[in-house]
Amino acid sequence: MDAILLQLLNGLDKGSAYALIALGLTLIFGTLGVVNFAHGALFMIGAFCAVTMQRFLTLSYETIDETKKDFLGNPLKVSSTYVESWFGPNIGSTIIDWAVPIAIVMAVPVMIAIGFVMERGLIKHFYKRPHADQILVTFGLAIVLQEIIKYFYGANPIPTPAPDMFRGSFDFGVLLGFDPNAIIYPYWRLVYFAFSAIIIGAVFAFLQFTTFGMVVRAGMADRETVGLLGINIDKRFTIMFGIAAAVAGLAGVMYAPINSPNYHMGMDFLVLSFVVVVVGGMGSLPGAVLAGFMLGILESFASMNEVKDLLPGIDQIIIYVVAIIILLTRPRGLMGRKGVMEE
Amino acid sequence: MSKMNLTRRGVLQTGAVAGAGLALPTYLSAAAHSGFTNAPTGDTVTLGFNVPQTGPYADEGADELRAFELAVEHLNGGGDGGMLNTFSSKALEGNGIMGKKVQYVTGDTQTKSDAARASAKSMIEKDGAIMISGGSSSGVAVAVQGLCQEAGVIFMAGLTHSNDTTGKDKKANGFRHFFNAYMSAAALAPVLKNLYGDDRAAYHLTADYTWGWTQQESIQAATEAMGWSTINDVRTPLAATDFSSYIAPVLNSGADVLVLNHYGGNMVNSLTNAVQFGLRDKQVNGKNFEIVVPLYSELMAKGAGQNIKGIVGSQNWDWKLENQMGDRYAGTNAFVQSFGTKYGFPPSQAAQTCYAQTLLYADAVARAGSFNPCAVGEALAGFEFDGLGNGPTLYRADDHQCFKDVLVVRGAEDPSDEFNLVEIVEVTPAEQVTYDPEHPMFAGGALGECNPGA
Repeated sequence: MDAILLQLLNGLDKGSAYALIALGLTLIFGTLGVVNFAHGALFMIGAFCAVTMQRFLTLSYETIDETKKDFLGNPLKVSSTYVESWFGPNIGSTIIDWAVPIAIVMAVPVMIAIGFVMERGLIKHFYKRPHADQILVTFGLAIVLQEIIKYFYGANPIPTPAPDMFRGSFDFGVLLGFDPNAIIYPYWRLVYFAFSAIIIGAVFAFLQFTTFGMVVRAGMADRETVGLLGINIDKRFTIMFGIAAAVAGLAGVMYAPINSPNYHMGMDFLVLSFVVVVVGGMGSLPGAVLAGFMLGILESFASMNEVKDLLPGIDQIIIYVVAIIILLTRPRGLMGRKGVMEE
Repeated sequence: MSKMNLTRRGVLQTGAVAGAGLALPTYLSAAAHSGFTNAPTGDTVTLGFNVPQTGPYADEGADELRAFELAVEHLNGGGDGGMLNTFSSKALEGNGIMGKKVQYVTGDTQTKSDAARASAKSMIEKDGAIMISGGSSSGVAVAVQGLCQEAGVIFMAGLTHSNDTTGKDKKANGFRHFFNAYMSAAALAPVLKNLYGDDRAAYHLTADYTWGWTQQESIQAATEAMGWSTINDVRTPLAATDFSSYIAPVLNSGADVLVLNHYGGNMVNSLTNAVQFGLRDKQVNGKNFEIVVPLYSELMAKGAGQNIKGIVGSQNWDWKLENQMGDRYAGTNAFVQSFGTKYGFPPSQAAQTCYAQTLLYADAVARAGSFNPCAVGEALAGFEFDGLGNGPTLYRADDHQCFKDVLVVRGAEDPSDEFNLVEIVEVTPAEQVTYDPEHPMFAGGALGECNPGA
């Protein structure tokens, strides 16, 4: 029982990352009709916003310590951060410790700006082109973006820890009447899950309860009619592209402490996220969220030793097996709409 | 004026012969002229350095390339000479190799076997490389070693740790300086017993490819021989990034040691996940839960950050070796001085093995008095040397594996700077990690005959 609960928590946590990325993907597809293979790269850039903030807060000046030697036997250069020298060691180290949450403040405008530049500068020229062309150009863009990141940050993963107070684990076992340490789960992963729920809720609320959201939803249902009403739907869709980029970026920022960011992390999530979107139904926002959590949970359960003993290798293929089954039984995905990607 | 008689059959025959000639790899046509592939004819000789320049091991590849550049500089008489000054063999004089200036070409393995073979093939056929070296993966090493055997050039392996490279996949034209999974296990087991006792239950997470399998097999055998039990061995996909669903079952498995048979990004992520799940703070069977990472690298330690503290593993070499363990490891400081002065930071173990391999190849050519790969192979096989940073070393003739001391290391608790993330726990003498050439873990292959490409 404790193993099942642990994998359920794992699944919710994985699912929240899948859902956040897939939400942005399907938002772009639903509004602009673009299959954006560069979306994983936006997630990766978000994670590197956290890395950048960490580096910014740890900008240092060097002093020479004549009493110590470096690896070549020269007097040691000792680095001290500006933040600690300006705010004192206690406040300074606390600010550095909170680099990841602080990076959210930077990531939102940066990601919206990147989204705008991507959409206006490149992707808008491919709106009326076949989906295959869109996939090719956005996949190429993803490779360019990850090579740029690699050029500046290298190929090695960069540790980006969570604030100290979130580094431990929470003992769910005691809370649920199990033995101590039977079900423990990292605090930051719980934070990630809660954060995802808030972002997903905020996106839905924005689309559901604001005039802007109402127009966007109308545009998603019938772009031409909304245009005939004199509403500049293209402008709103461009803004939605920026919002989708920001959602992917925020997912990346908060993911940085879970696995050290590297330039390739976007590609690792991209294929899975596309499967999530297809399973959920192309262009369906609730479908993306539902499929994200469902596939995350199934993937976690498939990794259990008892399951792997019965079906060796199932952990590597479960998502694709489920995708095939769902697409065979429900060709439009779990919550897909008629007419989307069927022309 | 003569009249040409063009017949359909004649054109086809001529075309077939010309086509076959064009299709013939240049290394075969070159060999036909001089007895072996890419025999140097001018006043230069070309070496091919095949390293990951893109992909997840690109940083390690960049460090290998720095070491190769430095080795070429030293071979040609530039710089301070580095380990040429400490190398026990004095056949090299700083005037290139046998008087020919050394030049090099590079290839990008991308850490993919097919890409690595393609780049090595291109360096051999188009650039005339007479030796191929480098790499950061056992899959790549085995693939390129096979290609070099077919092409008739020497392969001086870079970072490859699978038993198979000098085990079932060994080749007469291939030579490995780096240690292997068996040696890691043989060095680690006694230290683990001292640190954690002989009554432990281990849970293995293993990267699902050749290196992971041989690493797991070696560690399991060595730890079980000293009394540990093995609770489970779970294979994890090489492409996995989040290991939480593999870590979770460890919590209540009854295991009190987690062995992470992972390397590179896999290791950074699995270790990070294990620490996040509180395994380092856990008590099982009345003992502190421990994590072991059999194969360490400086870049991995950097990637794992604070999570690496106190984690035990093994290394082929460390830049602090001579300072901490004495003159036996002469050459280390000379190399660190050369490398550090040129690049501003200490070399990695991947860099050291690549630098040593280049010098060893050049020295073997000089001692053999020939670039013929079979003569070079003969000079390397059974060669005993010293002064390249690892202490007295033997290039065993039976399998072309180097036998030397192995380092057991641990993540530093309080690193003084970014270059001191790893501390040396113990150096295990070569005798303790030496095995029989017919050992079952290395069985199934044969060196075969040396191929000069003629």
